Amino acid sequence: MMVDARYWLRQNAGTLAAFAAFVAMFVLYTANHPAGLNANVAQTAANKGVILALVAMAQTFVVLTSGIDLSVGMVMVLANCMASYVVVGGIAGATLGVAAVLAAGAACGAINGLIVIFGRLQPIVTTIATGAVYYGIALALRPVPGGDVESTLADAVTGRIAGVVPSSIVLLAAVVAIVWWPFRRSVVGRAVYAVGSAEVAAYMSGVPIRRAKLVAYTLSGLLASVAGLFVTFVTYSGEASAAGGSTYTLYSIAAVVLGGVSLFGGSGSAIGAIFGALMFRTIGDLLFVFNVEPLWQPLFQGLVLLGAVCLGSWRLLRIRNRLELYG
Amino acid sequence: MADAPLHGVGLPARPDAARAWRRIDPAVAWAFGCVILVLLVGSLYSRSFMSPEYLLQQLKVASFLGVIATGAMIVILLGQIDLSVPWVVATGGMMATAATGWGPIGTAMAIPIGIACGISLGLVNGLGVAVLRLPSMVVTLAVNAVAQGLMVVHTGGFSPQASSSPAMRFIATGDTLFGIPNALVVWALVGMAALFLLTRTTFGRTVYAIGNRERAAYLSGARTGAVVIGAFAIAGGLSAFGGVLLAGYASKAAQAMGDPYLLPAIAAVVLGGTSILGGRGSYLGTVAGVILITLLQSILSVMQIEEFGRHVIYGVVIIAMLLIYGRGRKYSE
Repeated sequence: MMVDARYWLRQNAGTLAAFAAFVAMFVLYTANHPAGLNANVAQTAANKGVILALVAMAQTFVVLTSGIDLSVGMVMVLANCMASYVVVGGIAGATLGVAAVLAAGAACGAINGLIVIFGRLQPIVTTIATGAVYYGIALALRPVPGGDVESTLADAVTGRIAGVVPSSIVLLAAVVAIVWWPFRRSVVGRAVYAVGSAEVAAYMSGVPIRRAKLVAYTLSGLLASVAGLFVTFVTYSGEASAAGGSTYTLYSIAAVVLGGVSLFGGSGSAIGAIFGALMFRTIGDLLFVFNVEPLWQPLFQGLVLLGAVCLGSWRLLRIRNRLELYG
Repeated sequence: MADAPLHGVGLPARPDAARAWRRIDPAVAWAFGCVILVLLVGSLYSRSFMSPEYLLQQLKVASFLGVIATGAMIVILLGQIDLSVPWVVATGGMMATAATGWGPIGTAMAIPIGIACGISLGLVNGLGVAVLRLPSMVVTLAVNAVAQGLMVVHTGGFSPQASSSPAMRFIATGDTLFGIPNALVVWALVGMAALFLLTRTTFGRTVYAIGNRERAAYLSGARTGAVVIGAFAIAGGLSAFGGVLLAGYASKAAQAMGDPYLLPAIAAVVLGGTSILGGRGSYLGTVAGVILITLLQSILSVMQIEEFGRHVIYGVVIIAMLLIYGRGRKYSE
């Protein structure tokens, strides 16, 4: 029992650290917010954080296989542009539209996966190229920003439940319950961790490597499209923004690292990535409540990111043999 | 013996092929083949794609990407990646134009000042990777954010008004030598220096060795830490130099001037046959990759294909070419 608890702690150290850091920052934020913690503050913070949290979750699946997905931001933009056409026409029409957008996102992810698995190309270059293709399709759909979205659905998703709880947080929890937990407990989920830890060893042990990778990439595309839907619900429109897409891609990598997911693969969890994303967003908010000059905010955000990333080198202190440095 | 082990790594020997053929890296041959193919397809559309003026103009535009891709290649050969390109490029351009506003000494020193800023940012990248042993992807990402923050503070959030110095304009837009653009001469000099560094010096050999297996390089007594730091510093300096050239070309620096260079630089290096895992690749391939990317972008826009179509074709071509010659090995091999 003791051993189990210790093992669990060690496995989830990154996630727990991210959770603790986020809570500390969020408390600091609300304590210094002129309005304190009320439903409005929480709702705004949640809506801003959930988009990045979803993209970070999407990134996590691929990073766990020791790959990297540089197309998540573009899949999000594509889903956003698509949703601004199809998620309309009453609740029934909008539901169908949501399903179509999710299917398209999963298809984008599956294409990445198929190229990586059967084309044997490196994930980083594959997703740079497919990202360009997905962005091109988004631009074809929305050469100029515009479109519409079913407002009852949008308001329900970005509003509050019972006037208190931000519904976006509930949605995020639902995504975790429907996608992450079943995945983590499944054979395929275990295979993804095995592939990320030692791909050749996993192959030799008969782990279904191809299936694991395909599922990871597909789920990544699916979650990126959930993020795209959410962008549509917040902005009520679609926009093919290249800058927006690449910013979210880069931020998702930062969030994943802050959330304790190893970029070498095989360790960490999407829950950690969520808190990493929320933490990343709270840094910006903190600078705002402490009246940091807006001009200096990007610099502080960068320095905090650099500092947080450098904390990752604490593992060097435990190394006994210099050779362990060179993996 | 001299450089055979570097080019031959992982390639099965083909005894029946002619010796000269065997020395040519198939990936480089494919990349140059694709350059010719793109030109042929372009010339079906318009004769002007084969004219020397058009080709020289394209090589001039390619020089900016070429200088930046040289730095990206050295880092990729290590098995690392430099995601700080966008704002290091912008830093180089902005600091060089800012120096022009500091009187005659500043104007004279504009180019070295821009490059020095890039080298310092590259040093931070290198220290993070070599000393703190962090993944290059996150260190360079964070340094990119810091560089952006520094430049936002420096410029007040607007594109700077200061214009580039005469020397910057001269090396980016002028042509002194028989109508050959100066930018192309600059790229040729940078390229020759990189080629010498990579194939004829201990530093270059160590870069390849680290890319193949860092542990082995370390155990062989190579100064891996210093080489990694040096490689990132060179990459930072070259990115900033690319920014200086771009600022000279456009006669001023702009906020997002580096954004369109990160992914094309990586794509050019990989299309040129350099393994993204490090340790394998030749500079000639990177030259082919840079020309290929530039021609592809230019021809697609001259053919008046709409912007969305250009993105789609660009992505599909990269995937298709890599499927032809850039595939990894199977487990069973």
